[in-house]
Amino acid sequence: MTEKEENCVELRQSVPGLQMSFIQGTDLFGYVGIEAVLDQMRSKTMKAGFEFNIMVVGQSGLGKSTLVNTLFKSKVSRKSCTPNYEEKISKTVKLHTVSHVIEEKGVKMKLTVIDTPGFGDQINNENCWEPILKYVNEQYEKYLREELHVNRKRRIPDSRVHCCIYFLPATGHRLRPIDVEFLKRLGKIVSIVPIIAKADTLTIEERQEFKERIRQDLAANGIHVYPQKEYDEDPEERILNDRIRESIPFAVVGTDKEHQVNGNKVLGRKTKWGIIEVENVAHCEFANLRDLLIRSHLQDLKDVTHNIHYETYRVRRLNESNMDFSELGLSTWLLENGTADKWESESHL
Amino acid sequence: MATFLNEVWRTRSYSNQDICPKINASSKQRPRRVRPLSLAGHVGFDSLPDQLVNKSICQGFCFNILCIGETGIGKSTLMDTLFNTNFENFESSHFEPQVKLRAQTYDLQESNVRLRLTVVNTVGFGDQMNKQESYQPVVDYIDRQFESYLQEELKIKRSLHNYHDSRVHACLYFISPSGHSLKSLDLVTMKKLDSKVNIIPVIAKADTISKSELHKFKIKIMSELVSNGVQIYQFPLDDETVAKVNTTMNGHLPFAVVGSTEEVSVGNKMVKARQYPWGVVQVENENHCDFVKLREMLICVNMEDLREQTHTRHYELYRRCKLEEMGFKDTGPESKPVSLQQTYEAKRQEFLVELQKREDEMRQMFVQRVKEKESELKEAERELQSRFEQLKRLHADEKAALEEKKRLLDEDQSSFSKRRAAAQLLQAQSLTANGKKDKDRKK
Repeated sequence: MTEKEENCVELRQSVPGLQMSFIQGTDLFGYVGIEAVLDQMRSKTMKAGFEFNIMVVGQSGLGKSTLVNTLFKSKVSRKSCTPNYEEKISKTVKLHTVSHVIEEKGVKMKLTVIDTPGFGDQINNENCWEPILKYVNEQYEKYLREELHVNRKRRIPDSRVHCCIYFLPATGHRLRPIDVEFLKRLGKIVSIVPIIAKADTLTIEERQEFKERIRQDLAANGIHVYPQKEYDEDPEERILNDRIRESIPFAVVGTDKEHQVNGNKVLGRKTKWGIIEVENVAHCEFANLRDLLIRSHLQDLKDVTHNIHYETYRVRRLNESNMDFSELGLSTWLLENGTADKWESESHL
Repeated sequence: MATFLNEVWRTRSYSNQDICPKINASSKQRPRRVRPLSLAGHVGFDSLPDQLVNKSICQGFCFNILCIGETGIGKSTLMDTLFNTNFENFESSHFEPQVKLRAQTYDLQESNVRLRLTVVNTVGFGDQMNKQESYQPVVDYIDRQFESYLQEELKIKRSLHNYHDSRVHACLYFISPSGHSLKSLDLVTMKKLDSKVNIIPVIAKADTISKSELHKFKIKIMSELVSNGVQIYQFPLDDETVAKVNTTMNGHLPFAVVGSTEEVSVGNKMVKARQYPWGVVQVENENHCDFVKLREMLICVNMEDLREQTHTRHYELYRRCKLEEMGFKDTGPESKPVSLQQTYEAKRQEFLVELQKREDEMRQMFVQRVKEKESELKEAERELQSRFEQLKRLHADEKAALEEKKRLLDEDQSSFSKRRAAAQLLQAQSLTANGKKDKDRKK
């Protein structure tokens, strides 16, 4: 700071204990009204609306589209009918994006579902994650470019992938090589929620053992899935997230058909040996997944994507292209102020 | 120049077919894709605003108010009254040579909302004889806050969500209650600040104006502001829930406020008021002054909007100007989109060239100075040498003179001793001659 500035501004930092002033309660005499800012924030965000981008990855036939439809209780994605022989032999993974605007109780949300048909379907599945990796990075790139514009939009359209649901087939054994490879690579750049698809083929004991083995495999390979342990901010959150971490991957069953059970209409799959109720926690863990994704952690997913994954990408990108703006900022200061000070010191020969 | 950014855009080779409509150049497909959908049941994302609000509660809020006004107009008292607490403030003198700003940060809490409030007061505003530069420290302070936010945003490793936002969200401009019109200092200052901060003008010490005068005063002030093109903060009208109350409030601007932290008993309650021999001015009585309206507007209804305006309008304007000043543009000379990297590289080259030139210049200067000094020193040396010679000569002369004198003295001495010897001899001779004579006589 130059001397002139030091004379102009005297800053006193808020030292805890010295200048902290607490107003407890809202008795009429001591009323200030700071609380109202919460309502203001609420109404502003409701007016602006939300955006959420979710990606589903898994082999065909694992019930990706059905699950998304069940999650959002509407026909969000169209189920692909069994592809014929020619279509199955497509060379690469094609990403397919669909956007919808859904509204509930005044809250508007633009939901984008990114589907990955063809993942893991070919005979040679090496590098099948490449298109997905590229897509995710491309969304980050788009956002970064918008952010670096001189004339920025008021709200930069957010197309970054907030959550990736990875479908594990219910084999009952362990993680397969393709799973390990995909989770390893994408776990670093996006929040992954792995689930066991079509879990009605496993009994409860088999399910527990399978989950335990998967968790061991994940730990052995150093894969961090959402919610990541490193990003827990306070003990409360840690306790909550620990409970979630103990039960991932969720074993889910998806359906959009309704049946009558005990006089109630429930979503379920009807088989000859019984009706599997999707929303019954004793039958499958769909309700847990829905609560995690939508009711409690949706904002957190977006925050982790924005504050952590996007920032990591940005750091890497700016370092790659050697763009250090602080260097430029300082340099313009030097050029503007001239090196007058240096002249002075030179004359003291 | 094939930069990395352009590479990515060109080699979109992960599929022969259409990847997703958003990246596709033709945006005709996009409106068709986003269609509204009806839900068959309760999904649960209506809790999203609550999730967001809960996160904000954990993080806490930040609010920065700048109070500009003459010394003794009641800025600190009003802040105390507004936030119902005693910020430590001492009275400033009227003899400040320059306008200074004093910023103090406090942590307040009301039920579960934590607010980090920063109050910035001007010290010595309007006290100087020459008030031409009075607005400059204020403008500099505001710009400095924008600058530090911009620096943080442009850092490579940044943490924006943890960053303590010190940008000024609201500026309360205190108008002294003369009853006539705005002073020229007020107009000049407000004109300089209206594009940098949300200005809310208030009439201070409103208990010195009567109701009818106040009405005329308010009208005069507003018309002066409009005719001079000063854009003060207008309460937002786009949200239906607050539009009605905001419209009425917009009509009451500028608010005439009275501040007081002393309590006086009125009826059977203790209220904040100022006690005069002729009556009691109650701060929270809407008939007496507009304090309650100010508190409503500033805190209860529009705090979030003030913060948003600061971020999206004033800060973006500053950022745009600063980046353009530094030479960044979105479009190149042929209005083709220029990537930031190209601009950056160009700037960097320019800067390096400039640096090199400066370095060469400095080196030349250095060499020249060295030469100069050398010649100076040589000159001094020569002078010294000549002086030395001169002194030596003087010394030699004096020595010669002294030698001469010594020789003369020696000569004198020797002649003197010769004379003495001769005299002694003569004396001795005369003595012996006398002795002989005596001897002769005796015989």
